[in-house]
Amino acid sequence: MSTSTTRNQTSIELGDTVPTVTITREFDAPVAHLFRAWTEGDLVARWLGPRSQTMHMERYDCTTGGAWRWWSSGEDGVEHHFYGSFHEVRRNDRIVQTFSYEGFPDSVSLETATFEDLGEGRSRVVTVSLVDSFEHRDAFVASGMEHGVVEGYEKLDELLGTL
Amino acid sequence: MVADQLSRVFSALADPTRRDLVARLAVGDATVNELAAPYDVTLQAVSKHLKVLEDAGLVSRTRDAQRRPCHLEAEVLDLMTKWIERYRREAEERFGRLDTVLAGLRDEHGEDQPSKDDRTGAGR
Repeated sequence: MSTSTTRNQTSIELGDTVPTVTITREFDAPVAHLFRAWTEGDLVARWLGPRSQTMHMERYDCTTGGAWRWWSSGEDGVEHHFYGSFHEVRRNDRIVQTFSYEGFPDSVSLETATFEDLGEGRSRVVTVSLVDSFEHRDAFVASGMEHGVVEGYEKLDELLGTL
Repeated sequence: MVADQLSRVFSALADPTRRDLVARLAVGDATVNELAAPYDVTLQAVSKHLKVLEDAGLVSRTRDAQRRPCHLEAEVLDLMTKWIERYRREAEERFGRLDTVLAGLRDEHGEDQPSKDDRTGAGR
């Protein structure tokens, strides 16, 4: 229940005036390693996909003008497909890409990852996802929790039932 | 049905005026007149926003005759916070796996500096 007290905490901020999600995290690794783990498809496949899902990397050409495509599958046999393109990739510094979920094809978000060298073999990444509306941004945040959200729905049901 | 309720809560909060109303109601109950005072909009417009918040279950109105103050249902907001926290934890798990990948890269490079990186040699 308690929030993590580890050194490398993940923080999330939702924009008030612009539909953004900002995620910040530090790593005990040099920025060059962090950047590699972010740009080499076989490494990305090992961490990016949702937990409890198998990630299938179809394409990951992380270069300016490149594109990516992957899908995940779970025990329920349901597949989720995602794709986008890389607008700009600046080594150890910045990646700007688009992100689309095929289940929600008319919504595309623009994702900017900024990498920072913190010295002493540490680094930080800040990702900003700019979604096309507050509604889609919030749906996006909710869908990220789909594995646990049923419980939330049930609680909301109960709660709404008492109002 | 359930998804409808969820999206009603989310879309109710998608509007800046409604988020402002929620923030003010978090301080204490208030009447429509009190809530409308600082805005350069009609009472009807504020009532309409309140109706959306009510439909989403975020605000309730007591039956108390004329005053009918609006009350914020803080538990619904707490649920929103929990959803965001769960999203944060998903990200945390993802980055936990990334930590493992990075530890693997460190081992691969021994104690060397990561400047052994192939591509441009511009690594630090």
